[in-house]
Amino acid sequence: MFDRLSSALQGVFRNLRGYGRLTERNVQDALREVRRALLEADVNYEVARDFIARVREACLGEAVLSSVTPGQQIVKRIHDELVRLLGGSRRDFTLSPAPAGVLLLGLHGAGKTTTAAKLARTWSREGRRVLLAACDLRRPAAVEQLRALAARVGVDAIGPEPGDTVAGAGARALETARREGYGVVLYDSGGRFQVDPDLVAELHDLHRTVAPANTVLVLDAATGREAVAVARTFHESVGLTGLVLTKLDGDARGGAALSVHAATGCPILRVGTGEKPEDLEPFHPDRIAARILGMGDVVGLVEKAQTAFDADQAAAMERKLRRNAFNLDDFLDQLRGVQRMGPLENLVEMLPGASRLPENVRRGLSAQSGPNLKRTEAILLSMTPEERRHPERIDGRRRARIARGSGTRPADVNELLRGFRQSQRMMKRFRHMGKALRGRPF
Amino acid sequence: MAGWAAALRRTRAALAGAFARALGRGGPDEDTVEALEVALLGADVSAVLVDELVDRLRDERTRGAEGARAAVADVLAAALPEPSFDWAAAPRPMALLVVGVNGSGKTTTCAKLARAAAAAGRRPLLAAADTYRAAGAEQLALWAERLDCPVVAGRTGGDAAAVVFDAAAAVEARDRDALLVDTAGRMHTREPLMRELEKLQRALAKRMPGAPHETWIALDAAMGQNAIAQARFFHRVTPLTGAVVTKLDGSARAGFLFSIGRELGIPVCYAGLGEGPDDLAPFDRTAFVQALLDGEGEGRSDGGG
Repeated sequence: MFDRLSSALQGVFRNLRGYGRLTERNVQDALREVRRALLEADVNYEVARDFIARVREACLGEAVLSSVTPGQQIVKRIHDELVRLLGGSRRDFTLSPAPAGVLLLGLHGAGKTTTAAKLARTWSREGRRVLLAACDLRRPAAVEQLRALAARVGVDAIGPEPGDTVAGAGARALETARREGYGVVLYDSGGRFQVDPDLVAELHDLHRTVAPANTVLVLDAATGREAVAVARTFHESVGLTGLVLTKLDGDARGGAALSVHAATGCPILRVGTGEKPEDLEPFHPDRIAARILGMGDVVGLVEKAQTAFDADQAAAMERKLRRNAFNLDDFLDQLRGVQRMGPLENLVEMLPGASRLPENVRRGLSAQSGPNLKRTEAILLSMTPEERRHPERIDGRRRARIARGSGTRPADVNELLRGFRQSQRMMKRFRHMGKALRGRPF
Repeated sequence: MAGWAAALRRTRAALAGAFARALGRGGPDEDTVEALEVALLGADVSAVLVDELVDRLRDERTRGAEGARAAVADVLAAALPEPSFDWAAAPRPMALLVVGVNGSGKTTTCAKLARAAAAAGRRPLLAAADTYRAAGAEQLALWAERLDCPVVAGRTGGDAAAVVFDAAAAVEARDRDALLVDTAGRMHTREPLMRELEKLQRALAKRMPGAPHETWIALDAAMGQNAIAQARFFHRVTPLTGAVVTKLDGSARAGFLFSIGRELGIPVCYAGLGEGPDDLAPFDRTAFVQALLDGEGEGRSDGGG
């Protein structure tokens, strides 16, 4: 995400760093480039203009111009302004008192129902009882979709009864939640192509009836300049408490993300980063700003790893690595942990300087993430436990059997074994290095 | 039917005001040029194209506002390739694949295309190859029932390639002559999902030689410059022969279509103008450019807002 904006901004910064001293002229030129980068990233025109005005003011102060590292000072100012633009500090949903209502609104295809299921999964894993309420009476199969997703993430769903209005369906859900002690009710409302009086009236009714603590707009991150208009119209007509941006896993330029907070004053609460129920992340303005400026999001990466690998597992792994007792069983565990962390290209994006990687490298990584990991897993699973513990015992006949079992060629099995032996040798070398360096601080 | 004219009436154009001001003054001055720049950017026309148009405007200053308007209209219209698809001239049987990112309006478009095909004297068959989304097939099946059009659907979690293979077989068995395939939404940047699309095409071609005869991408009118990247990536995997711009009845103006036309040469075949099964109109280049430049009614200036 934000690749284009990110690489454009970094180009500007490289130029700025080249100057020993900055003049007003240098700053103006650089900011013109930044403005262009913002506009090309679909940022709202007024938002871009105000942003540039604020950065200019901050940069033309004595403190920056007389600094010995003026380029870095400007990067810092831009970082601060970006954080402000993205909403400042992290904000979250209001989930008490129970049952807390969460009303999801949005246009057709924004991802309301998928988001509802993702939120339901997050909260139910936190130990809350979640009820998903289908309040879309128009779209064919909307109720079926929500029910199927509810079953997939393991929460309860409730739909409208024949003759229900939208508000009636909402009231029924709220009544059920109160009676049966649910902690959260998620209302999935119907979409439209545009915000029209019909939709507004329907949402007003629903909103008044269920009085939710959270009224949240679900918006496709790739939306163009229309994003601001849509967010404003919803905010003015129903009153929003926050937004969820979806489909941020593509190469969305981030214009919507950078514009909607400034346009509505509402915080971005979550971002959707994939199709699977777990692909929903909290939105940290400071980390996103750092990513846009090419500084990466190492904190986020570590957090992802922590949720995918538990601490005991990691400690056990470390002991094994030290004794060089790492076998293919452990390899399989690692592989599954990586898969739990989501698509590889999402992880690479969190590394500093990721936007400077050539496109073919990234495409390569993307190709690795799905089928190849699966194939490796299939090969490992076609081995007997004994073979995984003692890979050196795998001979030609066993290799052929494993290839057959996993639907691969013996050469693929070989390649995996070779890769494994290589990493074993590398670990051995690290161990020796470790011994030699013991007692010395790094 | 909402109709092209009615839908465009709702397409509010901030540009109209700018041109009107320019007309009043006898020619575009610097302020007007900037207002036009803002309005064009607000219509999601790419920054590169906007720069070019602004240069043209400066050059044409001496020709007055009318001349300036005509110059802009020329550049924009020339960027859109002429649609060449015709139901009558298309082979029988034919297969049309509808692809796109999640939420772009593929399923609704397929249903509307079935209606258009039937109206053009074809015997359509719908294939619900969206086996990923929960209830994706049901959604198309409900549409098919409404349209009284046969449908071949797979189970959620099933193999999309198998569905299209079966559907191609059903075309023959049930004596249909237009197969409309609704595929699962996929982000264009996800390589594995794009490969699946290749596989789906191969399965289709195996049962119906030469298929798909048409591959169209559904593009949400509210998208920004990302729509260009979407078209580019899909075009690389499944050469696109056309585009359908969906949800054009909103206030979005789909200015990215010019860049797609220019860079990839993909014509826009249809425009989705409403939620009903009939609200799909053949794309009219002249009307589209005119609506963008002249608009009607109050221009809500959200481009600058």
